[in-house]
Amino acid sequence: MNPHPDLTAGVIRGLGWLYLLLALANVYWSVRSFKKDGYYERLFGIDHVPKAFGWAAYASILLLFACAHLVFSSSADDFMIRLPEFFKSNVDILIANPISYFVISIVIFVAMVVWRNWWVEPTIAWILFNMSVLFLALSMTDYDFRQIVGKPDNVPIVAMLYLVGFFTWLYFYKCRDNDRRLANGLPPAEKELSETVLTWPDLVYSEMICMVLLTVVLILWGVALPAPLEEPASAVKTPNPSKAPWYFLGLQEMLVYFDPWMAGVVLPTVILGGLMAIPYIDFNKIGNGYYVYEKRKFAVLTFLFGFLPLWVAMIVLGTFIRGPNWNMFGLYEYWDVHKLEVLNNVNLSDMFWLDLMRQPLPRPDSTAAWYVQLVTILQREWLGLVLIVLYLVALPPIMALTVFRKFFARMGFLRFMVLANLILMMWSLPLKMALRWSLNLKYIVAIPEFFFNI
Amino acid sequence: MSSIIEYIRKSQIWRSVFRHPAPYDRRNRAVVVLTNFFLHLHPVSVKKGGIALSYTWCMGGVTFFLFLVEALTGVLLMFYYRPTLEWAFTDIRALRDVTTLGIMREIHRWGAHAMVITVWLHMYRVFLTGSYKPPREFNWVIGVILLVLTLLLSFTGYLLPWDQLAIWAITVGSNMARATPFLGHEGPGFQLLNIGGYDLITNASDARFLLLGARTVGEETLNRFYIMHCVAIPIVVSLLIAIHFWRVRKDGGISQPL
Repeated sequence: MNPHPDLTAGVIRGLGWLYLLLALANVYWSVRSFKKDGYYERLFGIDHVPKAFGWAAYASILLLFACAHLVFSSSADDFMIRLPEFFKSNVDILIANPISYFVISIVIFVAMVVWRNWWVEPTIAWILFNMSVLFLALSMTDYDFRQIVGKPDNVPIVAMLYLVGFFTWLYFYKCRDNDRRLANGLPPAEKELSETVLTWPDLVYSEMICMVLLTVVLILWGVALPAPLEEPASAVKTPNPSKAPWYFLGLQEMLVYFDPWMAGVVLPTVILGGLMAIPYIDFNKIGNGYYVYEKRKFAVLTFLFGFLPLWVAMIVLGTFIRGPNWNMFGLYEYWDVHKLEVLNNVNLSDMFWLDLMRQPLPRPDSTAAWYVQLVTILQREWLGLVLIVLYLVALPPIMALTVFRKFFARMGFLRFMVLANLILMMWSLPLKMALRWSLNLKYIVAIPEFFFNI
Repeated sequence: MSSIIEYIRKSQIWRSVFRHPAPYDRRNRAVVVLTNFFLHLHPVSVKKGGIALSYTWCMGGVTFFLFLVEALTGVLLMFYYRPTLEWAFTDIRALRDVTTLGIMREIHRWGAHAMVITVWLHMYRVFLTGSYKPPREFNWVIGVILLVLTLLLSFTGYLLPWDQLAIWAITVGSNMARATPFLGHEGPGFQLLNIGGYDLITNASDARFLLLGARTVGEETLNRFYIMHCVAIPIVVSLLIAIHFWRVRKDGGISQPL
């Protein structure tokens, strides 16, 4: 017996159904392609070949895949269709490292925006979708991947990724049309449908259908996947890793870079306050009631940056990649409790006094009055404090005079200051990350005496 | 057959319940929306472009529907579940193993996860169509508060099964409150709140204690979270949903300038 079963018969059968669904979806896509995509004039010496031919061939290969999975009967260890090891190890190297993980997520984000008009093309988007499903299906043949992604509470996250991806596609797809229209002085497509219809039946019926479908989905989901229930609660057995509910894992991830009072209290408050402030700082009247990108670039990019790389990607990181001791593990890597990561982070005050001035840190005299101690602490941390003040107080006016000049002129002082501080708070996270990775910086201001570390 | 239906429809009982004739013609289709309690959330007529599914994504509606599903399944679960150290885990395990219709727990849990996701997607759509722009600024603010309350609902519910997953997730999540500036016993500035050398903020009086009702996640916490989850937050959410919908109506639909 294999004590560490890489693959089980149940998984193979489940994957068979998945491939079957994907094959059926591609049968539909072949038909669509036959109607819409036209012909190759000449292919392999044959004239007038429908472009749908490629999709049909792909669908039949998937069908063969599905059959291979569904009729498989010998030992699961011999099953051929699985992810190659070199692929796994390379993906692990890329992903189990904070720097490359964030660089990749930023690169994907930038590519998504820059090439938006290319990838929203339905055929391209369909290819990307197929690649993601194949990646997921092949990855499911890996034991360690299954342990994480197959956890009942993590299934919604996979669903969320597809939903977010789909709706982001839908947004850019609609923007491509609308941006072109607006550039030519035409009204957006949504305004073309300005005729009114009665709520009954047009709206009420579609709501009804939505409710019925959703009920079916919930019941099927409930039947297929039991809700998780682990061992009874025990205050003495701490699981490793201990994780917050998945929707808070973005915040938990910030704990790596900030102290709890920042990551758990101040930054969430700023996020919520910032969200509430959006209607009052966005002075742009364009784009109310239709999808548009070009004419509200700044607002959309800021929001997308906050939502996709800084929220969704952090949840993915916190859920799938953070393992025991909050170390990072590759998607296909065993969660080894003894994995060692050498961390030797230093404070800015250490760098200044020890490395630069070549003298010991000023140490507050614990017998002196508190204000005497405070003076010593301020002397010790002066550089960090000055930097923070510069960042939050001096940078906004500089922004107003340079890159954000037009914004400042149109927004007025108060609105602009709110905007500038929110943007700076948002950027504080990637900045702190970059400082950690490049300089091993722990705290910019380290005053543990007052639990005040930034 | 049709004459029987006709007879029932014209009876005094039927007409006392449904104040409107059957919505077969244009006039009565308008009347039905005006006079039916459930349908009056809608305007009588809507812009065709404003209800296209590819435009609205229907995520707000789905969220509301999920809230109703959660309320229904939640009430059913409350008949069964006892929020005490002795019974909480056992009751949930019984729901899984022996109880008829124990699937209510699955629907409740998956519905809760789905609701968190659909709230985000609703906000995503509202942002991308610029629907927070005047005159709907304040409705967006209410929406953000509803988002927070949705997360809190989910968070408080996470503890109730009283298994390892539950208490440690809540422990990790609520540890942050320790570090609240001024109000947490490990937060910056808590030393400032003291009288005659005695700290007002200790581990038995800080923000975390307020949240948990104890120094660690225990029976007091279970009780506190149960009340929050089943009574306190749902009441506030219901009120805010009503205001949210009312404002959508008053502002002339889900988006576009008034």
